[in-house]
Amino acid sequence: MTAGVFFALRAAVVGFPGRPCLGPIDLAVAPGEIVALVGASGAGKSTALRLLAGLEHPSAGSVHRPDGTRTGFVFQSPTLMPWADARTNVALPLKLSGVPAAEARLCAEQALAAVGLGDRARARPRQLSGGMAMRVSLARALAVGPDLLLLDEPFAALDSITRRALIEDLHRLWAARSVAMVFVTHDVEEAAYLAGRVVVLSAADGRGMADIPMPGPLPRPEGWRRDPAFREAVEVVADALGRSMAATA
Amino acid sequence: MKRLAEALPALVLSAALLVAWEVACRLLAVPVYFLPPPSAVAVALVENAPVLAGSALQTFWMALKALLVAIVGGGGLAVLVSLSARAERAVSPLAVTLQVTPVVAIAPLVLIWAGLDHADRAVTALAAAVAFFPVFSGVLTGLKSADPDLERLFDLHGASRLQRLWRLRLPSALPFALEGIRVAAGLAIVGAVVAEFVSGSGATQGLAWRLLEAGNRLRTAELLAALACLAAMGLILNAVTTALQRRALRNRL
Repeated sequence: MTAGVFFALRAAVVGFPGRPCLGPIDLAVAPGEIVALVGASGAGKSTALRLLAGLEHPSAGSVHRPDGTRTGFVFQSPTLMPWADARTNVALPLKLSGVPAAEARLCAEQALAAVGLGDRARARPRQLSGGMAMRVSLARALAVGPDLLLLDEPFAALDSITRRALIEDLHRLWAARSVAMVFVTHDVEEAAYLAGRVVVLSAADGRGMADIPMPGPLPRPEGWRRDPAFREAVEVVADALGRSMAATA
Repeated sequence: MKRLAEALPALVLSAALLVAWEVACRLLAVPVYFLPPPSAVAVALVENAPVLAGSALQTFWMALKALLVAIVGGGGLAVLVSLSARAERAVSPLAVTLQVTPVVAIAPLVLIWAGLDHADRAVTALAAAVAFFPVFSGVLTGLKSADPDLERLFDLHGASRLQRLWRLRLPSALPFALEGIRVAAGLAIVGAVVAEFVSGSGATQGLAWRLLEAGNRLRTAELLAALACLAAMGLILNAVTTALQRRALRNRL
């Protein structure tokens, strides 16, 4: 896969003509890239994610999704099936895609091991902590071997310790798989830490207001949160976010 | 032990009411034909045990058959209807019509259809008609209650209609279906007794006939004994469906 033919939104609009609720928005994602979408609530961050996933269709403009690519999606809450154990939950996308049951189970076990839950394959969602449930959800998204992983505020409901651990895990998993990731957040620091590029959406109509490359290597080195370059990047994103909100006020 | 502790308040209240009833009857010298004391009801219960048991079994059996018909029919129709919004719009008003039509009003017609010498079939059909709606509406609501994000996940991975039904909607519907069945079980008994009343004297030998017979002869104690059987039947069915519910949903939140 070459850059330029990967996932992209081109002048995509969602809503009614003349009264769009998102866009027109341009957003291109290169293979293996990590992009953070930030913006006020109602800016259409989640809509942009659903457009990329093909779960929603633009009323104008276009969405480019290369043939034969696979997408993983992690929702705001773990959205596990409460009646099924962790392994069955993770195997679900594979079974839906027609993978034989035994193979799906094996893949699911590997995906669970990759998120550090190899020993909880038979646990029911109610027996898992919030952080564990989110890991199962992440394993489910990774089990299909996605080219693009979409995450809709995946850490919003977690405490800050669990959140940081999951972010490190996400970087580790990303480095091992070179999957492109687009994630939505309203936490500026989380965006600057996790992503290689931060896109700020306008609060008014979800137009891309700013596209800011983040400094530093990915995954982040030890102590990166205290690095002046990182602190500076956080401020730049925060300023851009502030301007995007002020534009509507 | 825990179950017993849960049931204790109800048992204590029931016992207290029975004692108060007995004492009141004796102190106020209430005529037995008007309100017999619980002790007289107990005696009637024991003396008429074989007849009552036979009748109760017949009513219970008809109610149970009706419940099964309602579960298969109501649940099956709900699944079919859930596959198409148009089908739901077409069927739901008819289902509501069935629900709001009093069973007493359609009984004579159903009795004619079943044939006067097959009153038991009419009773089963009428009880099933009463029990149908809670199952139908419970299952239909449940099928539509699946987590919208899980629905999106099924969209994302190109799930077929059957996969969606089997792996997502039916399991999501289970708690609603079981609640519908629990409500339907009670209604099936009510429906069976009402249908027996309407189907006329002696056509069936269920509990309604015992109630009518005892009432006509002013044997109030026997009447109350039959009522006690009816209440016991309802409680048993309720206990069974509640246990079923707990067991099936044990693994969920």
